[in-house]
Amino acid sequence: MSVTAVAAGTRAAAGAEGAPEEVRRGRRSTPYLLLLPGMAWLVLFFAVPVFALASLSLQTRVPGAEIGVYTQTFRWANYSDALTEYAPQFIRSFLYAGLATVLCLAIGYPLAYAIALKAGRWRNLMLIAVIAPFFTSFILRTIAWRQVLADSGPVTSTLHTLHLLPAGTSLTASGTAVVAGLTYNFLPFMVLPLYASLERLDPRLIEAAGDLYATAPVGFRRVTLPLSMPGVVAGTLLTFIPASGDYVNAALLGNPSTQMIGNVVDSRFFRIVDYPTAAALSFVLMAAILLLVTFYIRRAGTEELV
Amino acid sequence: MAGRDLRLDGITKTFGSFTAVDGISLDVPSGSFFALLGPSGCGKTTTLRMVAGLERPTRGRILLGDEDITDARPYRRPVNTVFQSYALFPHLDVFENVAFGLRRRRAGDVRAKVAEALELVELGHLARRKPSQLSGGQQQRVALARAVVNRPDVLLLDEPLGALDLKLRRQMQLELKRIQTEVGITFVHVTHDQEEAMTMADTIAVMNAGRIEQLGSPIDLYESPATAYVANFLGQSNLLPAAVADRSGASVLVDVDGGRIAVPADRCRSAGREVLVGVRPEKVQLERGGTPPAGMNSLSGGLVTDASFTGTSTQYVVQLPSGRQLTAFAQNTGRATVLPVGCSVTVCWEAAHTFGLDGAEDAAAGIETPDGPATAVRSGVPDEPTVADESRAQTTSAGRDGSA
Amino acid sequence: MSTLGGAPPTAALDGAGVREKGAGRRAKAAGRPARAMAWLRRNLVMIVALLVLVYLFVPIGYTIAFSFNNAGRSNLVWQGFTTKNWTNPCGAPEVCSALVNSLKIGLLATIAATVLGTMVAFALARHRFRGRSATNLLIFLPMATPEVVLGAALLSLFLNVGLEPGFWTIVIAHIMFCVSFVVVTVKARLAGLDPRIEQAAMDLYADEWQTFRRVTLPLAAPGIVAAALLSFALSFDDFIITNFNSGNVTTFPKFVYVSAARGIPAQANVVATTMFVAALLVVLTGQLLSRRRRA
Repeated sequence: MSVTAVAAGTRAAAGAEGAPEEVRRGRRSTPYLLLLPGMAWLVLFFAVPVFALASLSLQTRVPGAEIGVYTQTFRWANYSDALTEYAPQFIRSFLYAGLATVLCLAIGYPLAYAIALKAGRWRNLMLIAVIAPFFTSFILRTIAWRQVLADSGPVTSTLHTLHLLPAGTSLTASGTAVVAGLTYNFLPFMVLPLYASLERLDPRLIEAAGDLYATAPVGFRRVTLPLSMPGVVAGTLLTFIPASGDYVNAALLGNPSTQMIGNVVDSRFFRIVDYPTAAALSFVLMAAILLLVTFYIRRAGTEELV
Repeated sequence: MAGRDLRLDGITKTFGSFTAVDGISLDVPSGSFFALLGPSGCGKTTTLRMVAGLERPTRGRILLGDEDITDARPYRRPVNTVFQSYALFPHLDVFENVAFGLRRRRAGDVRAKVAEALELVELGHLARRKPSQLSGGQQQRVALARAVVNRPDVLLLDEPLGALDLKLRRQMQLELKRIQTEVGITFVHVTHDQEEAMTMADTIAVMNAGRIEQLGSPIDLYESPATAYVANFLGQSNLLPAAVADRSGASVLVDVDGGRIAVPADRCRSAGREVLVGVRPEKVQLERGGTPPAGMNSLSGGLVTDASFTGTSTQYVVQLPSGRQLTAFAQNTGRATVLPVGCSVTVCWEAAHTFGLDGAEDAAAGIETPDGPATAVRSGVPDEPTVADESRAQTTSAGRDGSA
Repeated sequence: MSTLGGAPPTAALDGAGVREKGAGRRAKAAGRPARAMAWLRRNLVMIVALLVLVYLFVPIGYTIAFSFNNAGRSNLVWQGFTTKNWTNPCGAPEVCSALVNSLKIGLLATIAATVLGTMVAFALARHRFRGRSATNLLIFLPMATPEVVLGAALLSLFLNVGLEPGFWTIVIAHIMFCVSFVVVTVKARLAGLDPRIEQAAMDLYADEWQTFRRVTLPLAAPGIVAAALLSFALSFDDFIITNFNSGNVTTFPKFVYVSAARGIPAQANVVATTMFVAALLVVLTGQLLSRRRRA
């Protein structure tokens, strides 16, 4: 920016004849005109709603009025109330999301590695195969898992027969199923950034490591893994953040004791009409996520985000 | 079809605090082949881009004939560029690439003109291919045809042969020269390769740190360099610091390394007591002991420390008693045998081949080191421009000036 | 993959024939399983990767299979193969109306988001302006915020303003979260374009508008198309944000979720399978086109 300013200043000072003022000004306002509609939309329908959410979270029910009528009271206690009452759901959300993220990393890294470094001419096909699940309805996919893991289904019966699963226990309607669902649904979010990062890796670096007496596991640990870290971080964020707010998996694959924070927000908005609590919970979730994102930005800068 | 003369008048370009081009003035007569020669970062590409209109000069004027085009947008100048990376339009085939300028100007007879241009570069049979299907050399020729077809007043070439391998480059140098002569357009060619410049150009401007060190024909520049930078940048030179002993005659007599050397007075650019004496290695003869031929400058007591046979010549390094080293090239005529290392020789050359530079000149200026040529430090130029500086500055400016 | 400390070289030099013979016999006995182990070790990563891909496709295979199920109201148990669901896709009426809603919303949101997002991407990629960091942040945050929060926030806004959630609130919401993805996709494409090509166009007498129309836009087109496709896919499959802001309007994902309790008609599977095949075809066509363009 400063270069532009100084150069413009120098030119003005030197008195060189420039293009007519209108042309120069026209060119300088082009970016702002281009940005205006899109950014205005985001301000109006993202930034403002977030403030609306914040405002809603501080309101209280007007006593005696019908359901859904609130007034602004700046009741900060809404937050402490919400947190104390729903702390288990919060913890459970982060726990499930964390487990799912770790599983995604464990399962997704070999896949990304294979596509980036071992697939050769099958690479594009494998990438399409990773993205393909996206092409079916997310809800239907999750429900399909419920059917596949159903008590009467092949998976559960096989596990019962092999005595890997105690008789009488079910795979569905459990925390395990929710985590499994989360892992499945967010796996591509982990694989794609990992792949992008590994694809940029120069295979000759691994060869150089081998030339310098590193065995394959050592080469992986000391060369490949550190260099793929940006992908790991990006994938982790892209998996953990949406997973922690998800409630579809919990609703379809879980039971009332596996409620996540998303379920609470949903029910507080639509079943038990309690907007302020719901708003407060959403805001806390967002704040927690923002903390993570800020930490990430500190390390990578904003240009890397977009 | 005579075009107009190109004139640069005090052209300066600064990027913030960094001066890329520092008051360049030159005249390029219509129809000539002009080369801007210099190392990376010397400002030659920036100068070219200013003529093309892709950069705005901070100060100065650019004139075509009588017309001041300093502030004209690139698409309003009768000037076309052959880019270093060719910059062919990947989504158009060869024919449409070459026709692009004609179509924008709504010129008539597009088909015939394109065919003629492609014939000129011998690519008529590839008219319907896409750039990605062509080799580097072929892409370069398409880029040339795309520029030439518009018959501009000036054709600018930004190191167009840089990406080609040696043999192909030599071939293209001759091709370019032939095309230029045939079409008669003024060519301004930017390069860091001094052999290339000398092969092709009628006039060369050697640039260093944003300024022109010397302007002239290849022979003038080579045989009579004005500064140590030019002496070292064009080919190789032996430069020896000497003290003036006698200025009375047609030759200036100087003392160097225990010997007395004659420099023709009209080839001595030093007025003071110190002179940097120079002679080209191919002019230097090595005599094995005994007396040197009369009428030649000679220095005795030399010791051959290296002899490299390159096929066409043998390149010797001779160490003088003072410790200074001289280079000598002996052409492989088949008559003389290669002198062995350790041999004692007397170094001699014809006095008329000597040139004298200002004694204050840095004898190492312009010599290629692994980090690039050593540029002379001049007063007023704050920092040595590096490649990173110039390319960063160009990106900055391109973002400002080149936005679509 | 050399390791230090392999068999000591002296073993080979050892003159004792017994030692050599023993080593040879050991090697031969260890031959086949050792070779199998080596093959396994070499291809382990690929095997795991293929297993993961199979895992990814299990529910899809299930969904496709059950679109052929001769099911009644509830499509839970396999009752026989039939194509009647395919020949009568609108047999369950809510399916088609939900599908039509999703398609309409998807189309509107895609067009709007692509236009808005492409403009922003051009500004970011090609111009200098003040407030770049803030812009990057504002574009990034919607992608990073959980859908629950986005949906709840928009609903709060609509409630505050008194706007009834319905068709247009869904469209507004979808445009909002698609814009960011469009920006990222188009910007990536623009960043890969050589700016000198545009300079070459201007050098060849094309003014700014002509350069944009004849050079920049055609070269950016693949990125814009990809962004539009991504946008449509995101919009079509969105559930959470839609659920919060749809009122009485049903989109396809919402229909599936709601009918999960009482039974999803097999026609929903038909729709899902069709979308899957269509999307697959689009991607594969894109691949073929780009390969032919490069050849």
